[in-house]
Amino acid sequence: MSAVTVRRAAVVRRSDLRYKVGLNVRSILGRAYPRVIGANREPSWIFFEVFLPLLGIAAYVFIYQAFYNAQVALIQAGQCGSAACASAADQLAYLQTAARNLNALVGTVVLGGTMVAFWLNVLWSMASQLYWEKEIGNLQIYMMAPMSRMALLAGMAIGGMFMTSVRAISTLVAGVLVFGVVFQVANPFLLLAVFFVTLIALYGMGMMFASLYLLWGREAWNLSSLLEEPIFFSSGMYFPAGGFLMVQPWGPAVAVAGSLVPAMLGLDALRQLTLPGTTLPSLLPPDTELELLLVLAVVFLILARFSLAYLEKLAKREGKLTSRHQ
Amino acid sequence: MGYAVETRDLTRVFSGKKHLLRRKRRPEDGEEPEGPVTALDGLTMQIKDGELFGLLGPNGAGKTTLIKILCTLLLPTSGQAYVSGYDVTKDVFPIRQRISMVSGGETTGYGLLTTRENIWMFSQFYGVPSQVANDRIDELMDVFGLRDRRDAKVRTLSTGQRQKMNMIRGFVTDPDILFLDEPTVGLDVNAARTIREYVMKWLRTQEGKTVLLTTHYMAEADEMCDRIAIIDNGRILACDTPENLKKMVRLDTTFRLEVDPIRDTAGFSKIPGVKNFSVKEDASKNTSYLTFILDGEAPVADILSHIMGQGSRVRSLQKSEPTLEDVFVSMVGKGFE
Repeated sequence: MSAVTVRRAAVVRRSDLRYKVGLNVRSILGRAYPRVIGANREPSWIFFEVFLPLLGIAAYVFIYQAFYNAQVALIQAGQCGSAACASAADQLAYLQTAARNLNALVGTVVLGGTMVAFWLNVLWSMASQLYWEKEIGNLQIYMMAPMSRMALLAGMAIGGMFMTSVRAISTLVAGVLVFGVVFQVANPFLLLAVFFVTLIALYGMGMMFASLYLLWGREAWNLSSLLEEPIFFSSGMYFPAGGFLMVQPWGPAVAVAGSLVPAMLGLDALRQLTLPGTTLPSLLPPDTELELLLVLAVVFLILARFSLAYLEKLAKREGKLTSRHQ
Repeated sequence: MGYAVETRDLTRVFSGKKHLLRRKRRPEDGEEPEGPVTALDGLTMQIKDGELFGLLGPNGAGKTTLIKILCTLLLPTSGQAYVSGYDVTKDVFPIRQRISMVSGGETTGYGLLTTRENIWMFSQFYGVPSQVANDRIDELMDVFGLRDRRDAKVRTLSTGQRQKMNMIRGFVTDPDILFLDEPTVGLDVNAARTIREYVMKWLRTQEGKTVLLTTHYMAEADEMCDRIAIIDNGRILACDTPENLKKMVRLDTTFRLEVDPIRDTAGFSKIPGVKNFSVKEDASKNTSYLTFILDGEAPVADILSHIMGQGSRVRSLQKSEPTLEDVFVSMVGKGFE
């Protein structure tokens, strides 16, 4: 008896819309998976991404606490603002305002600390990611897959948002517990809208940078380093960004430039929505900031879509999609 | 029968790096000046559906460039290339649905994920339902002997295990055309044999599957390939079945010699009747291995006197049946090393 080889029939390939939607949803989930699951496998992140950022936050908290103590000493000595206290009630009102401002400043620093986590994730795990993927050889596997390139970026972004949210919330909780910040939320829907639109705009910016970095290659790392610290300053991560408007003549220009990074408007709106009743300066009302954030989100996503398509074509022409060390 | 792959006058020129701010470096003695490099030079070939087609060529011959163009990772400078009948410059979606590529020494994947998770992740980019993907992964892990490492983090895998994982990634999406770029490089004998056997079985048992294989191992190409193209400097020098390629040099005479290290090898080409030759040095054994493609046996005496004239001793001399390596030496004028 001779052996019979049974040949499996050729595969039929689909290309209808339903198939393409399914393909891209699966791709997004697939690419998000390493960030959601893999990144939390190493418990060391609790030390590096929750405990260490708290030290940075603590430095600012101590400075603000020192200012507060000096201010309280002045008020108790009878100095209310630039004039002498008119009455005991006036003195008490000044003390209460000083306490609210301290809470708001410390709250701003804690909120800033959580936003720093997102900003660093956007810089190092979004913008520089495709270059790093090229170095380890993943990029060519991604680029020869049938999925949309935006699905790849969206998967990176959603995974990054989830992973960083875990870290950011941990930092927030630790900040509240350690420094005793009291947040008051009057409009939770607006707060959630601001938070999510800020993240979408921020990660949209990261998606746009990711495609640009693809061509810059090794310079991408330097660019990320270059952007890191100035953005901490110009986005008001550790102080109320509205303070820029009071610093003439260059302050407003820094505020306008800094607001191109969605973290600045987002933080300012979040601070106003969670730390009300202070005399700290703000940039714009929160709903206006939300509208601007929406515009930024749309613009960054569109730019990411087109820059990636254009740069993929350019990279294929120049042979930079797969060649390492360029 | 249709063609799985077809190229017509395919050319790819790399223009070299441009640095606006960097001063142009003057090439040192013996160094090629920086400038455009022609990786593919008017390459025309066809690979039939169901074929296991081999590409043999030295480093820089253009094999990987060709594969990258066919995988839609690189655009040709001119000419046409079709995969499953689709143009690589225009119809990328249907091509990408149908292809997969595995290269030797790949370091793809994420070290924190397990072997199974990594392969599953890559399968999602092809829209394979998770259940189907996981079933295929388990089946392929059994075939490649990786079942006991399925939950191991990728960063803990050995080179061989990692390459097996890459092979599974290549098969898990059930491609019609599989591009294998030196898939067994650096693997031990058993791992390489497992991969070779599965690739051949995969082709035998499934309809509409095609493999394009590049390899440095002549025996591997001889054993596996239905047809082989010998490529050098971006051009195909010969393309036929391994048997027919060997017949091309069967009219010639092949001699292999082991001798003490010799200094002057250029003199061999001046001996009448020497069609081509290659030299391999083994410093650890203090031996030179010479392979000559000769027009008859007459030049052997002159070759021996040229060797002994340099004070070198002939350790062995053997007349042999031509192998693919002899075909390669005959065509390219040098061995792989």
